[in-house]
Amino acid sequence: MWRDAALVAGKDLRIEARSRVGLSQVAPFGIVALVLFAFALGPDRSLMARGAPGLFWVAVLFCTVLAIQRSVSVESADGARDALRLSGMDPAGQFLGKAAAVAAQLVVLEVVLGMGVVLLYGAKIEVAWLIVVSSLLGTVGLAATGTLYGALSAGLRVRETLLPFLLLPIAAPILLAGTRIWQAAMVGGVPADGTQWLRLLVVFDAVYVAIGVVVYGPIQESA
Amino acid sequence: MAPAAPLPPALFLHDAVALSGRFPLLAGVDLEVANGETVLVEGPNGAGKTSLLRVCAGLVPLASGRVAVLGLDPVRQRNQVRRRVGMLSHASHLYDDLTVRENVRFAVRAAGAGTDRIDDACDRLGLTGRVLKTSAVKLSAGQRRRVALAVLAARWPELWLLDEPHAGLDASARDTLDELIGEAASGGATVVVASHEAHQVEALATRAVTVAGGRVVSQRAIVRSAGKPAKDVAHVA
Repeated sequence: MWRDAALVAGKDLRIEARSRVGLSQVAPFGIVALVLFAFALGPDRSLMARGAPGLFWVAVLFCTVLAIQRSVSVESADGARDALRLSGMDPAGQFLGKAAAVAAQLVVLEVVLGMGVVLLYGAKIEVAWLIVVSSLLGTVGLAATGTLYGALSAGLRVRETLLPFLLLPIAAPILLAGTRIWQAAMVGGVPADGTQWLRLLVVFDAVYVAIGVVVYGPIQESA
Repeated sequence: MAPAAPLPPALFLHDAVALSGRFPLLAGVDLEVANGETVLVEGPNGAGKTSLLRVCAGLVPLASGRVAVLGLDPVRQRNQVRRRVGMLSHASHLYDDLTVRENVRFAVRAAGAGTDRIDDACDRLGLTGRVLKTSAVKLSAGQRRRVALAVLAARWPELWLLDEPHAGLDASARDTLDELIGEAASGGATVVVASHEAHQVEALATRAVTVAGGRVVSQRAIVRSAGKPAKDVAHVA
């Protein structure tokens, strides 16, 4: 399983490094979204700073949809999904590999968007470890759910519109928990509230990674 | 000492029915292919040739009937079956942003095969020099087909399922393909070729199976006369 996961993740990351879709399209889209949010909120810097955590996670969520659609479309061209099925690779390994590749892209994206939030909204990070840990946990959850629902929509002609419809409500707990933790990390100290939301992210990640490992194979076969 | 148990047939289908929604892809196929046989599957468009190969690869489950591939259930034991089966389909199964070499290497490693045959396979298919470092997106349709064949040659599976393998290939690649099929068969592999180009494949096959309406409607042995060129064959009903 781990060997197959490493093989798939390496392949997907190599494809992304070559195509530069993440760098040239997804990241600029996220930054544009942050700029538009700033326009919508107006010139009040304190309002922008207060809204920064939520706006950051909304931007990440939108970018996740794009990253997942890209990850699915790579396998849809030239019968590549059939090739993966025919290879006899462990489906759990395929799931973990594809999710890991998406997670790696999201981490880079979050660094860019995090800097954007600090620069554009004047947000001040006071508990950096809480920001880092919550971002990593949120990333794992988004990559796992995205890969799972990406596979569900993969065989359908309406996948481009169906994926956000399926993914966004499912990812709502990540948006909520991530926002609360970032709010806690930005007002200073380590309040209990922040760590409680961290626990929610841990449970969410564990549940969706486990579901993905178990059902990715049957989904691939039936898609 | 007890005699060794006979090997199961490479392919066994009994009353195999496969559906796409409510549309029958296979409508009761009975077919047995022995180990080491090279079988031509012929029939008109929409007869069920591709569906038959996809069922054998475990890509399409049966709605009813029985299928065994290399003695295994291609649905319940799908990963064991797929690691031993190679399929060349209409699609080339290439990633556009990877180079030729990266595509072949990934496909071979994904199938759990050794990478020691890759260079030789690419050489045989004329994939050398700069072509190896070229992104798949820049390849012609024929070159993509050559890469797909190189993957098969590098994997060297026990069961070769070839769907219109000559389509899109130039004369030299067709000759190489025929050599590969001949070598696979002489090496003990089983080869099933679905093709409209019967004259090309009959020179290599030991049996021809005609499919129509999702069923096997006739079978004939292909007997080569001694001393005659391989392409001169006599048909036995």
